[in-house]
Amino acid sequence: MSSPKRILRLRVNGHLKEVLARDASTLLDVLRDSFGLSGTKRGCDLGTCGCCAVQVDGEPLLSCLTLAAEVEGKEIRTIEGLSGTERFAPLQECWANAGASQCGFCSPGFLMTADALLRENAQPTREEIQEALAGNLCRCTGYVKIIQAVQDCAKISAKEGIRE
Amino acid sequence: MNKFVSTVGSRIPLVDAPEKVTGSGVYIEDMKFPHTLFVRMVRSTISHGKVLAVDLTEAEKVSGFVSSLVPGELGTGTRFGVLPISEDETALPAPRVLYSGAIVAAVACETEEAAREAALRVRVEYEELPAILRPKDALKKTEDPLHEGTVNGTNIHKEVDQEFGNVDGAFASAAHVIEKDCIFDGINHGFTEPIGCIAVPEPNERMSVYSATQVPHYLHRALAKVLDEPMHKIRIYKPLVGGGFGGKSDPFPHEMVAALLARKTSRPARVIFDRDEVFLNNHGRHPTEYSLKLAADVDGNLLGLDSRSLIDGGAWGSFGVVTTYYNGILAQGPYRMPTVRYGGRRVYTNKPACGAMRGHGAVNARFNLETALDELAEQLDMDPFNLRFQNALPPNSTTRNHLRITTTGFVECLEKTRARSGWSKKFRQLPSGEGIGLGCGFYISGSALPIHRTKTPQSTVHVKIDGDGGVTIHSMAADIGQGSDTVLAQCVAEAMGVSMKRCRVFAKDTDTAPLDLGSYSSRVTFMAGNAALEAGQNILKKLQAACARLTGLPAGGFCRGPEETYLHKSDATVSVSFMDALTEALANNGALIAKGIYRAPKLGGAFKGSGAGLSPSYSYQAFVAQVSVDEETGHIRVKHVWAAHDCGMALNRTAVEGQIEGSVHMGLGQALTEQMLFTSGGQLINPNLLDYKILSPLDTPYIEAIVVESCDPEGPMGAKECGEGALAPIIPAVANAVYDAVGIRLTEVPMTPERVLKALEKKKKLEARRANS
Repeated sequence: MSSPKRILRLRVNGHLKEVLARDASTLLDVLRDSFGLSGTKRGCDLGTCGCCAVQVDGEPLLSCLTLAAEVEGKEIRTIEGLSGTERFAPLQECWANAGASQCGFCSPGFLMTADALLRENAQPTREEIQEALAGNLCRCTGYVKIIQAVQDCAKISAKEGIRE
Repeated sequence: MNKFVSTVGSRIPLVDAPEKVTGSGVYIEDMKFPHTLFVRMVRSTISHGKVLAVDLTEAEKVSGFVSSLVPGELGTGTRFGVLPISEDETALPAPRVLYSGAIVAAVACETEEAAREAALRVRVEYEELPAILRPKDALKKTEDPLHEGTVNGTNIHKEVDQEFGNVDGAFASAAHVIEKDCIFDGINHGFTEPIGCIAVPEPNERMSVYSATQVPHYLHRALAKVLDEPMHKIRIYKPLVGGGFGGKSDPFPHEMVAALLARKTSRPARVIFDRDEVFLNNHGRHPTEYSLKLAADVDGNLLGLDSRSLIDGGAWGSFGVVTTYYNGILAQGPYRMPTVRYGGRRVYTNKPACGAMRGHGAVNARFNLETALDELAEQLDMDPFNLRFQNALPPNSTTRNHLRITTTGFVECLEKTRARSGWSKKFRQLPSGEGIGLGCGFYISGSALPIHRTKTPQSTVHVKIDGDGGVTIHSMAADIGQGSDTVLAQCVAEAMGVSMKRCRVFAKDTDTAPLDLGSYSSRVTFMAGNAALEAGQNILKKLQAACARLTGLPAGGFCRGPEETYLHKSDATVSVSFMDALTEALANNGALIAKGIYRAPKLGGAFKGSGAGLSPSYSYQAFVAQVSVDEETGHIRVKHVWAAHDCGMALNRTAVEGQIEGSVHMGLGQALTEQMLFTSGGQLINPNLLDYKILSPLDTPYIEAIVVESCDPEGPMGAKECGEGALAPIIPAVANAVYDAVGIRLTEVPMTPERVLKALEKKKKLEARRANS
């Protein structure tokens, strides 16, 4: 019935931790249950909504479709690690100010996906943003304010780039 | 600079945005309690039958099995429902199971994994009965209706027949009559957070129920009934809720199951649904067959509306009585309609129940009316905008069915959408395959009639301020993402003349909050907002009295000034800071407390069903969609949407736009892709977000929200609803644009590629026949 448990060494938000997990445990379950990182949300458990997106080595990944055992030795980043030691990352501030969160349940997955996009492409076009976020569903916003938040953040980083 | 600076109309981030963008916000699945049992449901494999026996032998062998709940146990057969006039749901079959996927029994185990295994091992023995799956079969007489109290021994749950004026006369004299028969598939709310709840036994024989609900008060009532306990023995706690849209606005069987199991085991009982269970729970938009006839004179003045609906309610009543009325009553505005007839039938079938969903009862009927108006405009050789201008409901009037109209921004909605969309250069002028279409709307801003006809105010808000200077707001209005906590904070802060940053809203716990009916019928900004405003004003009076004591000037002379001060009207040099006034007010008195209430005014006529559709105010919309239609694939692509919505006053522009944009997105899903599909035996085929297709960021056009303000005379600072009315108009706008693009009138929603191709084929055949003859 259940797969055997073993110790996994996972690096999450810069901290290495050993956790006991089944071979079949998903990264989502391990993050939520063993790490207590409940910011990563379970919307469907089938890879269809994007609420559980996290970053693995900088790439957005659906944690409900990823086995925890697959990501040993990799850098895992969750919404709790997005702002580093700051209270908010610039993207989070733009998100709040633009009204890109309504119920907020999809926000962590969107933020981790959008952050990965901006790291790879600091000045994405509207179409590039839509494409990057195509695997995330939001039922509240119609995506208008979400795309605006990503654009606002890109604008801020462009201005800061000029200043430097 | 010497003036109070109002926040009305500015862009205010939601008060709970910080916890939402950092992932620190707590939703139901994030809540943990010691010694919790994990509950899994055993679900029916048949559409209709009697449960003869539930065999737990194999389930009990699972390591970690603790308890179970089976039909026949205390409370499992107690009837409940959101409307006291049709309480027909039970926690478990009593003894009939009414749809495939319904909860039949439950197991409670030490782990989620054990509970899943145990639930799989439960064997249920049924006596299968013939299932009623098609609404037309439910109209027939039967010896064995699905519920008690149906109409004349059929499976009709509710029938409504209303007639105002001489409808037959109007049609006899009409120059134009348009007929529209349309079919709508059922749809689901599709909120991203699955439903869940945790029932926690407390000392003193109390029970706390933590639930992702938008109606804590109705859940409170239903639990009291099922547990057979007084309401004060039960506490409802609402954590952050990941979207509702009406889908968390009924008390549900799983909440009863969790509470009964918690009582039985004296341990917390936790239920978190999988996504397929959300679809099986449903209570979404009703599949509907809607027929409408519209009469107009030679100049395009509307003369009459004659419509009928057949509404597939599924297994339970839910909000269905209201749905049945709304399908007729709300189809008439925003137009002058001199005569009206409506016949509505909602039937029980052996499928997941339908209930309230964003735009409740007004969406499907709206499609018929707005597409009929498009046809009428064409017959009259009239621009669709001009037809609407000509027939717009005037301000300060009463509709034929006794709805009170105060201010209306409908004409301005029309003007703005027409200008912004570039309509006059596009309509009937775009290249083949490209089109533009108009759809309008009308919706209630809070149901004036409370579900339970008591004299209790519909909203009460408490405010408390102590020496720390923080303003604590208590309410039971349920923030489900629409931003009601932010509205309450804004209303109180505005009334008191202080910064919103001082305010903290506790709208989650029935032990501390005064009663509010919750988040449904687009009532919260209007009703709870007014109560919050009054509470803030009552605090202000106490602060004004303190100002008077400090200065020796009369209290009535003090008004809100800039930067949290109170100024004297006749002597602007006299200024008292909020903190000084507060300190004086607290002296020998203690914390300031005040409340505000809202009760809707008495409205409406004296006839059966006159209460339905009554609202202290109504919202208005005019939307334009621009589309392209691929005649090879049948695919409709919506390229741009202009959505003008009259919200009274935009208290928070960002939040208002967000509601309009979200409503349009949801409406586009119903227009294009969303449908609940069933096998001929009644099994739901697509209970997942891959096969039930919600539009992604890539599929969604740019939605241009156009905020129109009409300053409602009774709304809080002029505001009225913006969360629901903005859904319905987009669906007919798309259909009318498709006609402009390729000349087909679609009558089935969603307008899938298959349906588009079928209509194109039919059109080609018709054209060929015409060419030959």
